Order: sequence, then C-alpha cells, then structure tokens
Amino acid sequence: MSLPVLKAADFASDQDVRWCPGCGDYAILAQMKKVLPELGVPREKIVFISGIGCSSRFPYYMNTYGMHSIHGRAPTFATGLKSTRPDLMVWVITGDGDALSIGGNHFIHVLRRNLDINIVLFNNRIYGLTKGQYSPTSSEGQVTKSTPMGSIDHPLNPLSVALAAEATFVARTLDAHVKHLGTVLKRASEHKGTSLVEVYQNCNVFNDGAMAYAQEKKQRADNVVELEHGKPLVFGKENEKGIRLVGNHLEIVNRSDVQDDDLLIHDEKDPNPSIQMMLARMRYPEMPEPIGVLRQVEGVATYNDQINDQVALAKQKQGEGELEKLFHSGDTWVVN
Amino acid sequence: MTTKKEVKSVSGITVRLAGDSGDGMQLLGTQLTNTSALAGNDVATFPDFPAEIRAPRGTRAGVSGFQVQFAQTEIFTPGDTLDALVVMNPAAMVTNIQDLRKGGILIANEDGFTEKDFKLAKVDANPLDATVINDSYRLIKVPMTQLTRTAVSEHGLSPKIADRCKNFFAMGLVYWLFGRSLDPTLRFIENKFGRKPDVASANVTALRAGWAYGETTEAFGESYQVDAADLKPGTYRNIMGNQALALGLVAASRLSNKDMFYGTYPITPASDILHELTKHKNFGVRTFQAEDEISAMCATIGAAFGGTMAVTASSGPGIALKAEAMGLGMMLELPMIVINVQRGGPSTGLPTKTEQSDLLQAMFGRNGESPLPIIAPQSPADCFDMAIEAWRIATECMVPVMILSDGYIANGSEPWKIPTTDSLSHIKIEHPAGIEAGEPFLPYLRDENLARPWAIPGTEGLMHRLGGLEKENETGNVSYDPANHQFMVETRAAKVANIADRIPDQEVFGESSGDLLVLSWGGTYGACHTAVQRCQQAGHRVSHTHLRYINPFPKNLGELMKGFDRVLVPELNMGQLRMLLRAKYLVDCIGFNKVQGKPFAVSELIEQIEAQLASPVAA
Ligand SMILES: Cc1ncc(C[n+]2csc(CCOP(=O)(O)OP(=O)(O)O)c2C)c(N)n1
Ligand code: SF4
Ligand SMILES: [Mg+2]
Repeated sequence: MSLPVLKAADFASDQDVRWCPGCGDYAILAQMKKVLPELGVPREKIVFISGIGCSSRFPYYMNTYGMHSIHGRAPTFATGLKSTRPDLMVWVITGDGDALSIGGNHFIHVLRRNLDINIVLFNNRIYGLTKGQYSPTSSEGQVTKSTPMGSIDHPLNPLSVALAAEATFVARTLDAHVKHLGTVLKRASEHKGTSLVEVYQNCNVFNDGAMAYAQEKKQRADNVVELEHGKPLVFGKENEKGIRLVGNHLEIVNRSDVQDDDLLIHDEKDPNPSIQMMLARMRYPEMPEPIGVLRQVEGVATYNDQINDQVALAKQKQGEGELEKLFHSGDTWVVN
Repeated sequence: MTTKKEVKSVSGITVRLAGDSGDGMQLLGTQLTNTSALAGNDVATFPDFPAEIRAPRGTRAGVSGFQVQFAQTEIFTPGDTLDALVVMNPAAMVTNIQDLRKGGILIANEDGFTEKDFKLAKVDANPLDATVINDSYRLIKVPMTQLTRTAVSEHGLSPKIADRCKNFFAMGLVYWLFGRSLDPTLRFIENKFGRKPDVASANVTALRAGWAYGETTEAFGESYQVDAADLKPGTYRNIMGNQALALGLVAASRLSNKDMFYGTYPITPASDILHELTKHKNFGVRTFQAEDEISAMCATIGAAFGGTMAVTASSGPGIALKAEAMGLGMMLELPMIVINVQRGGPSTGLPTKTEQSDLLQAMFGRNGESPLPIIAPQSPADCFDMAIEAWRIATECMVPVMILSDGYIANGSEPWKIPTTDSLSHIKIEHPAGIEAGEPFLPYLRDENLARPWAIPGTEGLMHRLGGLEKENETGNVSYDPANHQFMVETRAAKVANIADRIPDQEVFGESSGDLLVLSWGGTYGACHTAVQRCQQAGHRVSHTHLRYINPFPKNLGELMKGFDRVLVPELNMGQLRMLLRAKYLVDCIGFNKVQGKPFAVSELIEQIEAQLASPVAA
C-alpha cells in the first residue's frame, strides 16, 4: 500500500491562527507543515503536545492529534504517551518560560531519560502570552514590564542545560532562517532519542529585535557560526573568520593568520559533551553564537524502548500474567 | 509441636508487639497475622511505626508497634484494648502500657531494661518494678537476649547477628502462648534467609527456643487457643490494603483488556502500591517513577490520551501538587484513576499515621468548577473491589476517578476471600473506529452517560486537539462563548452527578429508623460497625450506614437519614463529610471528630453513641 502523498496544507487544521501579525511563530508553523509531509508519517500517527504560552497554541493549528496542556508540563504528558504508545511520533512545543521556568524540572528529566520525542523550544526571551514580563532567557539588565529597573537575573542558556543533562540531540536554529529551520526540524525528527531544538523566535510585540544580531541577514554572518559535522568552524561575510580551541577556551582567529587545520572541527557525535558545551557557551557579542546541530549521539537507549523491553522481558521470564495465579500467590487457606 | 500444659479456649485475642524500630516488630507481627489467618481465624491488624527510618535506639520516638486481633468470630477492627503486650524495652513499655487491659499479660524482654535503656526512654527507675504494674497486669519477665544468645551459640554467629535473632525467640514464645503453628514461619525463614544458611538456622533455633521456653518456664501456667472462625466458604489469603489496591488495578486492566500505566512519585503511605505493581510487568504494567507528582499526574494523562489504563497515586501533599493537572484531566474528559492514600496533615503532617482529612481537598481542591467522582474503600480487602469500580466509572463516564484510601487500611490487613476470575465482570471499552479524512468528527459529542468518545491517536480521520481552554460543545474547539461555558460547566457536573443512577443504593445495618444513625465513610468502617453492633446488642435503637461512594452520594442517602432522630458522623478529621452532608441535605448531623493520627477505638465510639442517645434531640 502506498501512502497518500500529503502536502503542507494537509497539516493545517480548520482553526484560525491567532498570533500577532509578524510574530516569529508563523515561520515555525509554516516550516513544520512543510517538513512533516517529507517524513512519510501519516497525520494520525503524529501528536503535538504543548504547555502554555503564545507558542503553545501551536497544536491547535496542526491537523494531527494534539494536546494543549498546562504550563511547563508538556514533556511529562509526552512521557506518558510515548511510553505507552511508542508507535506515535510525538512533538513537544514549548516556550522559554514554559520549558525553563515553571517546567525546568521536567525539561532536564525528559532529556536525561532520552525519551524518543522532539522538543521545539520557541525562545523569544520574554513571556509573550502574559504580555511582556522577563523570562529566564532575558538578558541581564533588560527592562520589561516586571523589571523597570532592569532584570537582575542571570539568564539561562537552554543548550547548556540540555548538554548538562547529556541530551542526545541538541540544536539551535532561527525563525528568520527558514531553510536552516526546516533542515534542523527534519534532523531532529530523524533522531532516535530526545531532540531539543531551540529556535530564536522574534516576539515583535514585547521583545522585538532581541536577537536581531543573529536574525537579520546583514548581521548574521558576523554573529552566527553555522555548525556542520566534520567541518571547521568558520564565519563572517566572506567566511574569513574561524574558531579555534586553545587550552580550555575558544577564540576567534582570522583564517588568513592560521592554517585551516588549526580550526576547531565540529564533532556532533562526540559522546563527551565538553566541547559542545563550549560551543553552547559562545555568546554574542563576545563570540558568534552557534546554530545547527551541536550534538547528535546515537546508541543511547530510549526511555520508551526500555520501559517496553522490561514488559516484554517480564512476560518472557514470568509468562503472560494470569489473574488466578496472581490472586493465589503467597499463603492461602480454604474454608469449607 | 503440641503443648503439655493446660490450654484455655478463648474467642479472640488482641496482642501488640512493641519494640525499637530495629527490633523487627513489624516482621513478627506480620508472621503472627499470617499464621493466625492460616489457622482460620479472622484477623485485623494495625501496624504503627515512626516516620524516621532509624530514630535513636531505645527512645520513645523510635518505638515501632504492631497490633493484631485474631478471633473465631467475624471481626472488623484490630481491637481496642490489648489482652497481651510484648515489650522489648522501657520506651516501648511506657508508650504502650495504657492500652493493656487490667489483668492482661505483659511480656517484657528483661535484658532490654538496663540503666542505659531507662535513660534513653527518659524514665527514672525500672518501670517493671512499679507496684502498679505488678498489681495490674500479669507481668512475665524473660531475659530474651541472654536466652537467645545461649540458644544460638552453637551457630557461631557474631554477637551482633546473634542478637538479631531475638525477635524470632519472642515470636516462638508468642506462638506457644497462643497455640500457633511454627510451620508457616519456618517456611518464611527458609524463603527469606535461604541464601544465608547460618542465619536461617539460627533464626529457626531461636524460634524453637522461644517456643520451648514457654513450654518449660513456670511463669506460664497455661496457653490459649482461638478456634477457626466461621468465614464464608472459599479460598482466602491475608491481604494489606495497598496490596489489594494493586491487585485490583491489575484485575481491572485485565478485565478491560488494557495495559496499565502507573505514574507516581514515592510518598508514604502510597509507595507500596508502586512496589507491588512493578512486580507485575508481565501483566503489561508500565510503572513510571516520575521526577515529582506533577509529572506523575501529567504522564498519567498522557497515557490516558493514548488509550491506556492510566493510574496515579500519592498522599495529601502529592495530591496538592497534582491539583492543576487533575483539573486538566477533568477538562480533557479522559478516564484515569487518582489514588490518595491519606495520612495525617496538614503539610507534611504525620506521614506514617492515618487521617481522613483530604476529603474536601478531593472534592474542591482544584480551581474552577471541577467535580470528580470520589469513592472510598472501607477495609483492606475492599480496596480490591474499589480499584475495579474506579476503572469502571472512569471509562463509563470518561472522567478521572479519585479513590480515597488511608494509611490505616493501606497498611492494615485482613483475610481476603479470593474471587474466582469468572465472578469478576468484564469492563467494556470502545474506541471509535477510523473514518475517511475530511469526514467530520466531534470529539465532544456525548452518549447517554454524557461521556465523550475516547478517540485515540493513531486512528485515521479522528485527529483532534484537546486542551485546558474551554471547549465548544461537540466540536471541542476553543470557545470563549459565555453561554457555551455555562453549558459545559453544567454538563461536566451533570455527568458526575448522574453516576448516582448507576451505583448501588445506600444500605443500612440495623433498622431503617431509630434514635440514631451512625454515618461513616472510608477506613473507619470496622470500628463504626463494631460499635453499632455492640450498641444494638445492648438494646439501643442505633443503625449504621457506611459510605463507599462519596461523590456523588447514593441517591437514597437523604431519605435514609430522615428515618433517624439523630445522625452521628464520626470522622478522622474536623468534620469534612459532615459539612458536605449538611450542605447537600440540610440535615443537622452531629460530628465526632478525632485527629490524633490514630483510628477510632470501638469503645470511644460506643461512649459517644451512648452520650448522644442520652442527650435530647435537637429541635
Ligand atoms: C500555572 C500557571 N502559572 C502561570 C500562568 C501564566 N502564564 C501563561 S503563559 C506564561 C509565560 C509564557 O512564556 P513562554 O513560555 O516564554 O511562552 P511565550 O508566550 O513567550 O511563547 C505564563 C506565566 C499559567 N498559565 N499557568
Ligand atoms: S505576543 Fe509576541 S510571541 Fe506572542 S503572538 Fe504576539 S508576537 Fe508572538
Ligand atoms: Mg517566551
């Protein structure tokens, strides 16, 4: 039987999209609808689960199964679903507040368990839905509705958190760089294990241009380094700059001053996340920020496989459960 | 082994074993219970242990006790006053002696009563020497540590290990005193210590030495015998409440042809359900130890969405964490079970003690109008039936169902008449079949129970989105329409209220009218039933009714209360059921409320019933 060929439009639900005009969320929705038909997974086998936030409205707009859950907890719903229904493709849609503030606990635990799902974290560095308070990824000193004198929190970097939890797939992309976005989403979907994709997403209402240094085409070349496995880290309008590892830190060099062999070669497959962590910690303006896949390691058992393997093993060892036997286990006695 | 001494027949015995947490009293108690159950007695138990794993040795805080009543008649409680008390040290003695009846047997491990032990227990002098003790009780001092050491010396164990055998010595002595067979415990030792043959044989030696001591010492002139009880014919086993809940859940999953997902975070006194379920993965049980109770609850909802039988359990503090997600479960209208094994609150409260103080939390502990069905097992064995009942209601109505158990029935045990598997009725579940893409599907179209279809991911054409935002009737789309919201709130409430049509009418034990009705719920069944039974025997016009269905109440409950001049509602809380009854039926119920972390004693209930009967009826 051949599967019907689906188009992006087949993944659109009948609900009106209600994000602000110009919001970065639209681009992510469009790319998702474009990527899904390429995967060959029927719509009824796909589930989107989200938390709460502007970004978390996403499932309503997809013609798949979906659940708009509660704030911060989407990974846990996904855990129950994927553990019992490993046949489904499960996507988690979350925001920076949703994943890293209220849901921080679940975020690290789903990553360490390596549940075979894909998490897309819409990072606009602000609380959108509640109208503009600072978030755990807002920059220090940022003035928002709740920080008129500037934020005094040190921001959290989602990629560092994910790497610390030894997530098996960690990537970053941009809503404004749709081709890159599409590629990264596709790669995430192909990975077996938890995939984390951080998307720099512009909230044009409450935090417009917060990541313009990376989003705007003109600035991007100098402020972003596109990672490619096995390739040296180069960036700049003419690819004239590179990154090299010196001792235990990274530095920017002019390629004219060094041999290409001296540049850091990106290894997303390295099970040791130390150098990937160094990449994650590169922050604008001191360093260009990495986009692409920082880490993709294979061969780590997934939670859903293991929970189901144990059931299969128990059946093999103890035999298929029989109520009669279960009830009568232990000492019994008969009253006549 | 049979005794050569005189044997006195009695109808029942209540005994408590009390010692340091490390003295193995829980083990001793469980063995005595199982042995008595196997002898055909009716049994009821009450383990009572401190929250600390190893409270300082010899202190009052570290005392661990296990009470068991075994009888040749049907019993419903572990007994009020003790016929015999075994104490391993002064702390155990001073914290328990008040429950021993006058003339009762007090067996003390004399070796545990040294100057050092007095200090630890904060007593000035040896309490065994007190005149009142010697006058009031039949005190038998046994140098258990010494006797055990001598008995096991041939096994060449280290003194520390040798001393650990003394609970088996105590066990042997207790077994002799109550004419119990050593065989079940010998089998247990073989199973438990089989891999350490020297320890196993030393324990056997200690057990036999204890028995022989009873037979030879002049301190005991006679032993006691309790004949088999007249239980209904059938095959029985002894079962604890949490274990019964676990077996009931497994049974429900089989009866509905569903695999089970159990998401939870460890908490006393609910953890044993997890420990039990995780042994039964061969029934398709998947257990998930989550990072917290919120995760456990949400994962349970996720599993329910996928079409699995989904269950979570916790105790009060954990249920508080689950509240927001439970509200979502109610909005999504998915079937699942939420178990609260209640403990003493508020806050961390009394983790190892019992209470019924989470009833209003279960009723109202979520934001918005979010009623859930609530049922409550009445005894350890009843946990089995109520687990199945919860799943039946959950799937019939597409709703999370709450089970309110408590620490008393969770850890207590009683004989369970094992059901034949064909006596358990099948739970029918239907998932809508796939449809052509493009055809309309209405995820919130309701059936005669007001339940919506359980359409599960993977089914062609039924793609739909669930969520916590208010939904439009039938389509399930997000809706802010005022009239729709009112309609949906009322419909969700009606769905739960209508369950009353499908649950049994409330029954009365005794006459359907009289001077007083005792109305109880949950784990207090045994004490209330026994108290009313005794009052009836004393000629009082008292009846008892016990609620297992709390939301909704059985349909005839209001009418039933009208038959009585007074309604007494005993609860291990400050009057939570009473508040619900008053609100719903405008009946001026009288409360009898105890919050000491302890179950009701039958005697205090009788006292209360008699006091109420003696006072004039409120106009
Ligand atoms: C338990 C709970 N607390 C608070 C809120 C209010 N709330 C809704 S969304 C949100 C923040 C969302 O920020 P983010 O995750 O960054 O999503 P965005 O709207 O930016 O996409 C908050 C605080 C809520 N819905 N639930
Ligand atoms: S508030 Fe910001 S994030 Fe939310 S929809 Fe509007 S632009 Fe997008
Ligand atoms: Mg945000």
